[in-house]
Amino acid sequence: MPGIALILVLVLAVFAVLWIASSYNGLVRLRNALQNAWAQIDVQLKRRHDLVPNLVETVKGYATHERETLEKVTQARNIAVNAKGVAERAEAENILTGTLKSLFAVAEAYPDLKANVNFLNLQEELTSTENKVAFSRQYYNDSVMNYNTRIEVFPTNVVANLFGFTRREFFEVQDPGQREAPKVTF
Amino acid sequence: MIWEQIAANRRRSVVLITGMALVLLVLGYLGGEVIQPGAGILGLGVAGLLWAIQMGAYLTSARSILLHGAFGRELQRDDNPRLYNLVEEMKLASGLPFMPKIFLIDDPAPNAFAIGGKPNNSIVAVTSGLLHRLNRDELQGVIAHEIGHLRNQDVKFMTLAAVMLGSIALLSEIILRSLRFGGRSRERSRSRGNGGGQAQLVILAIAILFAILGPLMAQLLYFACSRKREFLADACAAQFTRYPSGLAAALEKITGAAAKPEFTTKTIAPLFIVNPLQAAQAVSGLFSTHPPTQERIGILRSMGGASLVDYEAAYSRVRTDGLIGASSLRSAPAQAIRSAAVEGPVLTRQEVRDTVYRQHGYLPLPCSCGLELQVPENYQGSQIRCIRCGNALALPAAQTPPAIPGAKLQYRRNHTGWESFRCTCGRTIQISPAFSAPRIRCTNCRSQIEVKA
Repeated sequence: MPGIALILVLVLAVFAVLWIASSYNGLVRLRNALQNAWAQIDVQLKRRHDLVPNLVETVKGYATHERETLEKVTQARNIAVNAKGVAERAEAENILTGTLKSLFAVAEAYPDLKANVNFLNLQEELTSTENKVAFSRQYYNDSVMNYNTRIEVFPTNVVANLFGFTRREFFEVQDPGQREAPKVTF
Repeated sequence: MIWEQIAANRRRSVVLITGMALVLLVLGYLGGEVIQPGAGILGLGVAGLLWAIQMGAYLTSARSILLHGAFGRELQRDDNPRLYNLVEEMKLASGLPFMPKIFLIDDPAPNAFAIGGKPNNSIVAVTSGLLHRLNRDELQGVIAHEIGHLRNQDVKFMTLAAVMLGSIALLSEIILRSLRFGGRSRERSRSRGNGGGQAQLVILAIAILFAILGPLMAQLLYFACSRKREFLADACAAQFTRYPSGLAAALEKITGAAAKPEFTTKTIAPLFIVNPLQAAQAVSGLFSTHPPTQERIGILRSMGGASLVDYEAAYSRVRTDGLIGASSLRSAPAQAIRSAAVEGPVLTRQEVRDTVYRQHGYLPLPCSCGLELQVPENYQGSQIRCIRCGNALALPAAQTPPAIPGAKLQYRRNHTGWESFRCTCGRTIQISPAFSAPRIRCTNCRSQIEVKA
């Protein structure tokens, strides 16, 4: 009789260890996906920081009366380069996005600038980089959501607490256009 | 769930493949028993061999398609930055760990397809007709659908299933034919004993039934699976782009176009975003590879958000069954639809044409009259006459600088007009009449080339 009980306990213990191992591995996989997604955002943001000085130089030659706008873009870029932490970076990047938008709006008034091949290439690259930031962020946030849910629900939360998996921050945006429905005027 | 395959999808695939494998093996066994009693095991071996041969033939043909450039040359970033960027954006949105190769196929019919699923052999192909018809949002939807196929490993499973289907059809054909012509061996076996004969007759009946119904069942299973995967790729596209209307509008334009891709065959047709051979069908039959496009558009248009949950809700309003499965839906985050991007057609007709020429290695040779000649890569002469003004233009390929690593690259100018020449890396560099600098940097390999007057 004690033999059977012993075997039963042993079998249960083996199963418990196996379960802990598999959920630990699952959590590590999720965390790696998350870190990879974050790295992708980083790559795109760096690319944007590299493109901005080129853009400013190109615009400078044509739009001589827009010093203020150009200075704002340069300033926003410098702040964004030096920002640290998820929340702070998100905010700095939002400001940079805003200033870039106003720069492209200003460019509309300069036909020579708009015909410049260099400017057009930069515009395409920046627009696309902007999109890439948005899509990487979207993927990152979905990954964070999934990861946070996983470490909070029972029973994986036991394993998560045991090995010190902590909640991650979202990369939030304050883009008014994304929250409100588009307005249509006739 | 984003980085894992949708569970219901995986389950369906496993059911499909094992079901087909079972049909194939049973057919092989029965075939063996019918042709020569007691040879069922041999039949199993024959079935396996048939499958292996077909699989091998498929793999070699697929490899030759990929390696020997049935679609021309792979599109480089510089050939068309916008198209390349679009694919890269969707790669990031889907979390696909690699960048697929891009091919632009010169065909006026708008369509797109994806092949592969592994890092080094994945392809997203779009036709030139698609590029100048769709705006950025629409093209994004189409590419997201194709990337969705890649991420869901659809092509791998569907080709595996198609090979299985082919083997089943072939085997049943062999059995039916051998029954018609090979009656002799059966008669010999019947004369051996009476009791064995009766059992033999039952096996014969089952074998005939199976040989007729087996391929049919396998086919139905295959097409049902194919349709589900199309819906799933649509759901993924909505999720990646956060903009279901983009794909819906693209599907409308694709079905609205009258032209069919020139290179369509029965084997490649199921891969397209809209099956060119079945595009006109309003209702999907049991043998359709794709669901009716109207239904796909209807589902996409009626989505309340962009998440998988929203797609499932819209899907079950139109159809009665479920698609994604509860376990995957539970962890799917809610996602709102974004607003439309303000951008017209991705490329003009002219840009698409230029990209196609560039991708296929044509050399753009600008004439002083303003016409740009496109010289094919294998053109032999040293000069060519402009077809508009008749000027003789020297071909720059003859002046290609020698490809010696570390050596100074040099180009000597012939005259003061427009000139173009090739860098050692293959990129064509053009010099305008206004160019006066002593050197120029190649946009592709970044090497400096000295320009002498």
